[in-house]
Amino acid sequence: MSLLDKIKKKKAAAPVQREVPASQGSGLNVLSQAAEDMTEVLNRATEAPFVYKKGPDPHGSDMFTCTECGSQYVITEMRKALYICPNCGKHHKISARRRMRNLVDPGTFRKLKAVMGDVNPLDYPDYEAKIAELREKTGMNEGVLAGVGEIEGQKAVIAVMGSEFLMGSMGMAVGEMITTSFEVAEKLKLPVIIFTASGGARMQEGILSLMQMAKTSAAAKHFSENGGLYIAVLTHPTTGGVSASFATLADITIAEPGALIGFAGPRVIEQTIGQKLPEGFQRAEYLEDHGFVDEIVRRDEIRGKLSQILRLHQKKRRPTL
Amino acid sequence: MTIREIDERMTALEEEKRQDGLTEARAHEMEQEYAALCRACDSVTAHDNVFLARHRRRPKIDDYINALFTDFFVQRGDLLSKEDQSIFGGIALFHGIPVTVLGHRKGKNINENMKYNFGMPEPEGYRKALRMMKQAEKFGRPIITFIDTPGAYPGLEAEEHGQSNAIARNLAEMSALKTPIFSIVTGEGSSGGALAIGVANKVYMLEHAVYSVLSPEGFASILWKDSTRAAEACDLMKLTAQDLYRFGVIDGIIPEPACGAHHNPAAVYKAIDRMLVREFNAMKRMSPTDIAKARYEKFRNIDRLARK
Repeated sequence: MSLLDKIKKKKAAAPVQREVPASQGSGLNVLSQAAEDMTEVLNRATEAPFVYKKGPDPHGSDMFTCTECGSQYVITEMRKALYICPNCGKHHKISARRRMRNLVDPGTFRKLKAVMGDVNPLDYPDYEAKIAELREKTGMNEGVLAGVGEIEGQKAVIAVMGSEFLMGSMGMAVGEMITTSFEVAEKLKLPVIIFTASGGARMQEGILSLMQMAKTSAAAKHFSENGGLYIAVLTHPTTGGVSASFATLADITIAEPGALIGFAGPRVIEQTIGQKLPEGFQRAEYLEDHGFVDEIVRRDEIRGKLSQILRLHQKKRRPTL
Repeated sequence: MTIREIDERMTALEEEKRQDGLTEARAHEMEQEYAALCRACDSVTAHDNVFLARHRRRPKIDDYINALFTDFFVQRGDLLSKEDQSIFGGIALFHGIPVTVLGHRKGKNINENMKYNFGMPEPEGYRKALRMMKQAEKFGRPIITFIDTPGAYPGLEAEEHGQSNAIARNLAEMSALKTPIFSIVTGEGSSGGALAIGVANKVYMLEHAVYSVLSPEGFASILWKDSTRAAEACDLMKLTAQDLYRFGVIDGIIPEPACGAHHNPAAVYKAIDRMLVREFNAMKRMSPTDIAKARYEKFRNIDRLARK
C-alpha cells in the first residue's frame, strides 16, 4: 500500500465530527468581509489537514516506571493519562505530535508548510545525517510542529515544540517556523498558542541560531503591536535562547507543573556561584512565586484552560451594557 | 610564535621605542622586527581572535566613550530596583548630535572587573539599557551600543529577577524602536547577553572581535562535555568578524592594527568615528517609522545568506 493510500484510508476512518459548540464560531468565519482572502491565505500557508502517523512510543512499549515515585504502569495506561503519573502527578515527556493530537479538535489541524530547506551554516560534522535520522525517528520535520487548528471550535495558530528533536533546540528552521506562525496569525487575525520545550539555541548552527532569538522576538512584538493574542505554555524544559526570546513575551503565560524554566542551566549556575541551589529552583512553581507565570495548569486540563482564555478574547458578541 | 608571544614582544618593542637615547641602528633593527611581527599577524586563527578579543589591554567602553563623544552624562539604574554596573552609558554628543550611548563594561583591572562583574549583566542591567533606549526614542536620539561581554550572568538572583524575560524584552523592544541604532562588537560578544543590546540597524565588528551563540568553552562543554577543547570549538563555531560578515549577520568590519586594537587605539577610534558618520548620514533622511521597519526587516531576514 502506498503512503497516499494509507493516508486516504486513515482519513476515511478518522471521525470528522467536531465538538464545536454552536455559540462559538471559529475565528475565520467571524471575519466575514475578508473571509475569502483569509481562506486563500490559509490554503497557501498550510498543508492538507493533518493525519497522524503512528510512531514508536519514546517511553518504550510495555511497562512504564515513574522516575519520581517508582510506581509502575502499563504504557497504554500512561498514554491515556497523557504521561502524567496517576500516582504522584509527575508530568513525564510527551511528544509534540501526541500533544498536538490531544489538544486540537479532531480533523481541524492544518500544518504550516515548512519554508526552510536543510541548512548547515557551520558545516557541522554529520549534522544533516543527524537531522535526517531524527526526522525518521520522531516523524517531525524539525523541532517544532505548527499549524492552524481549533480548540473547542476556536481557531488559533498553534505551535508545539518537541524536546524529542535535538532537545527542541532553536536553529534556523525552528526560528523560521515560529516567526511564520506569528505572521500567519497576524494575517488571519488569529491568536497564537506556543507550547515551548527547548534546551535553547541550537549550538550546531552557531551565530545563526542566536539570531533566531532576535527574529522570533521581533515577530512576537510585531504581532502584539497589531493587537494579536499570544499565549505561551512553558513545558519542561524551557531554557536558554528560547526562554530569553519569544517564550517569555506572551500576553498569557502558563506553565506545566514541575517544568524547568530559566535562562542559565542549574549546573552552570551552581558552578558560577559555588553553592547548591535551593529546592525547586527554576521550576514552574518557583517561577509562579516570583511573578513570571500566570497559572500552572496540568496537562490534562490545558485544553479547557486555553479554550477559556480564547473565549475571554473573543472579539465578537460583546454585549452592550 | 604564538599570538601571545607576538603580542608580548610587540608590547616590549613599543615600550623600548618610547625610551630616550636609542641609537639609530637599534631603532632601525626594532622597526624591522616590529614589521616582521606585524606580518606574522596577517593570518590569525579563530582562537587567536578570541585571545585578542579578551585582551586585558584592549580598549574598553570608557575609552570609546572618551574618544568618540563629548559632554557625556552618565545615566544609572533601572528605575526598578538596582544599578547594574556591568552596563555603562548615558547621553553624549557625537559631532554635536545628541546620542544615547551604552555598552557592556568589563573594567580594566581586576578590581574594576570585580566591581563591574566582568561585564556580565543581570536583568537590572538589561532593564537599565532598555529604559535608556526608550528615552532615546522619545527624544529622537540615535543609539550607539558597544558589545563586549562573556554573556549574561548565570546567577541565582539573576534567574529569580527574570533574566530570560529581561533579555527577551530588550530583543522585542529594540526591534521596534523608532530611532536609529548602531552596534559595534568591540571584544567578545557571547550569547543572548550580547544580543540583548545588539538588535541594531547596523551591526559592525572590530576585526579581531568575536561574536557567538556561546563562549567557545561553553560550546565545547555542551557538545563534547569537555571545556578544554575550546580552541577546537573556535574553528568550528565560525565566530570571527569575517565569518559573520559572510553570513550576512553583520554589516561591516572595522579594521584593527596588527595584533589588536590595543597596539594603536587611536586608529580604531578614528575608524569607528568614520563609520558612524557615514551611517548617520545614510539614515539621515529616513523617517522614524522607516528606520524601525528597516531594522525589523533586517532581523526578519538575518539568515537569508546562510540558507542553502
